[in-house]
Amino acid sequence: MYRYDEFDQTLVDDRVEQFRGQVQRRLSGALTEEQFRPLRLMNGVYLQLHAYMLRVAIPYGVLSTRQLRKLAHIARRYDKGYGHFTTRQNIQYNWPKLYEVPDILAELAEVEMHAIQTSGNCIRNVTADQFAGVAADEIEDPRIYAEIIRQWSTLHPEFSFLPRKFKIALTAAPHDRAAIKTHDIGIGMVKNAEGETGFEIFVGGGLGRTPVVAKRVRGFLPKQHLLSYLEAILRVYNQLGQRNNIYKARIKILVNQVGIEAFTAMVEEEWQHLKDDALDLPADEIAYIKSYFAPPSYEKLEGEDASLAEKRLAEPAFARWLLTSLQPHKAPGYAIVTISLKPDGGIPGDATAEQMEAVADLADRYSFGEVRVAHEQNLVLTDVRQRDLHAVWQELRRHGLAAPNVGLLSDIIACPGLDYCSLANARSIPLAQQITRRFADLDRLHHIGKITLNISGCINACGHHHVGNIGILGVDKKGTEFYQVTLGGSADENTSLGEIVGPAFDEHHVVDAVETVVNTYLEIRKNGEDFITAYRRVGLAPFKETLYAAH
Amino acid sequence: MPLIKDGKIAQDPWIEAAPDAALPDVDALLVPYAVWHEHRETLMKRNGRLGVRLAADQPPQLIAGDLDRLDLVALEFPTFRDGRAYSYARLLRERYGYKKELRAVGNVLRDQFLFMHRCGFDAYAVADENLAAEWSRALAEISVVYQPSTDRRRPISSLRRRTPAGPGAAPAPKSGEIVSSWAY
Ligand code: SF4
Repeated sequence: MYRYDEFDQTLVDDRVEQFRGQVQRRLSGALTEEQFRPLRLMNGVYLQLHAYMLRVAIPYGVLSTRQLRKLAHIARRYDKGYGHFTTRQNIQYNWPKLYEVPDILAELAEVEMHAIQTSGNCIRNVTADQFAGVAADEIEDPRIYAEIIRQWSTLHPEFSFLPRKFKIALTAAPHDRAAIKTHDIGIGMVKNAEGETGFEIFVGGGLGRTPVVAKRVRGFLPKQHLLSYLEAILRVYNQLGQRNNIYKARIKILVNQVGIEAFTAMVEEEWQHLKDDALDLPADEIAYIKSYFAPPSYEKLEGEDASLAEKRLAEPAFARWLLTSLQPHKAPGYAIVTISLKPDGGIPGDATAEQMEAVADLADRYSFGEVRVAHEQNLVLTDVRQRDLHAVWQELRRHGLAAPNVGLLSDIIACPGLDYCSLANARSIPLAQQITRRFADLDRLHHIGKITLNISGCINACGHHHVGNIGILGVDKKGTEFYQVTLGGSADENTSLGEIVGPAFDEHHVVDAVETVVNTYLEIRKNGEDFITAYRRVGLAPFKETLYAAH
Repeated sequence: MPLIKDGKIAQDPWIEAAPDAALPDVDALLVPYAVWHEHRETLMKRNGRLGVRLAADQPPQLIAGDLDRLDLVALEFPTFRDGRAYSYARLLRERYGYKKELRAVGNVLRDQFLFMHRCGFDAYAVADENLAAEWSRALAEISVVYQPSTDRRRPISSLRRRTPAGPGAAPAPKSGEIVSSWAY
């Protein structure tokens, strides 16, 4: 993975001291809260319902075990012993004290981490496919370009006061695991007719109040132009994005207003001035960054490990875990293991300090010392030998980390909701807990199969409810929490937005509603098709009928 | 309003014309874009120096053809959160080749000095003259940069390439080393 050199380290250290000064000026009263707000936000410090919240960037989801142990230490020392992994490959601490934040940032800087631009109207933490570099289906390692974008976007002098926040995501696999079309800029790596690798660029995706699927601005961008093209998009947006209405300030609104053709024309015109100049990425710069992402020295192994088949037969619980937790690895004999942070009755994405340390130990022992954070709020061990899977599973079980539910109904994405967030209409966490309890039966869960369920506590959609196969949105009806259900959303290469089924459900009926949706699907399912395939075949009507028939 | 140039409080010779009043007869006259637009011909004929002030929704393309005649362009930050003028500043410097004074006016705060400087501003109209003392400190807070910008500072990527022995103090580890340094 990428390691800071002296320059990267200097910048992050400088930033810590700069923020320490800003906090001091705030505490002394030299800065008003209004003036301090954007400064703290650019360092990931939010004011929540009960306390400050600190959001730490995990750029494109990659962590060394040293970093993960530091996150565990911070959870223990400055927080209440746990952290919350978010849908943007960040970790959030919910209880830090403002005067301690500079110390936390200094500790993070020791392990090459920071909270720069994890909030505020700037380019946010860049996200990527959590299986980057190891996935069997990718055409190139997108982390190289994610790191290049991370550096370019860090303290960008021109784009630190954009109309609104700005999110960039990358994938290099045809199967999109990074939800690139729900981002302000989505970047997919593709090959052109000549067999060269370059970028397909999408713009104007986003969720929130106005969910929009990103549109393509460029089919093929040669690698050396990546930064000049991004700068062109950002420059158009910085000048023309709306600034007087926070709900209309994202780039998706601009793109929709002027139309994708006109927007593309403006970007291309701007780009003509910027390309082949200072932002050009020379091959040696790419090679330099790439050298950090060289694959570890894999053992030469045969395809599937023989002992694995035996253990699978002998232990059904292990077999079940294997079914959901593994992804094909590009090296024979290895597997990618997703660790579910969604135990029955748990808080989606939460991990205790002990759990983080346990995962770090496992990664050191079995996976070349690297861990990933998935936008589905799970953790990943990227390089496990198949013959070690059983040992890894046993160890995970000891720490309550072996829920065999990755990709299944109880693998819920949920935002913090009303338990923490000052913007929330409704609670998300208790609802997620109720649903996982209702669907705790593993036979049933596996029988239902592949499905996504996403919960947001308000229209800001941090829980990505629009793109959940089943989406649940907290709404407020005269001071009572209600939940609106959408169906048919999806965040992959066939991104689609869910459709609202009908009137919202109160908290006593929403779990029943989920169950009704699931049962309806099981009724209509043909040839083992998964939920989204069935939904796309039959549409909303049968679900509407069963959901509201009795009323 | 105190004016900071080169980290010091500077004399401000510029007199700004009020939008609807008669144009004062002064050596250095700053006019809002609306006045410039309306009286361009007359103003061009004056002997003294001229400056134009652009509001945040007035991009520099509007005056791109007149820059030879201007000694001051003032770009407005209606609030520090409105970052349009950063792009305008870079366009003025980098695309239109404007070399004279580029002044940040409006809600100009200490913690934006660095970004403004990097985008080509060289003068800052501030509310509080004590900020002059803060100016160099604010600029020095971040000692390395990642982006090529108007200030022509060498970005980190180019510093790396210049380092003769390859990528500096922390060379990229070979894959074997990754294993030995991170595994038990
Ligand atoms: S979706 Fe709403 S409630 Fe949930 S975290 Fe985001 S802002 Fe808060």
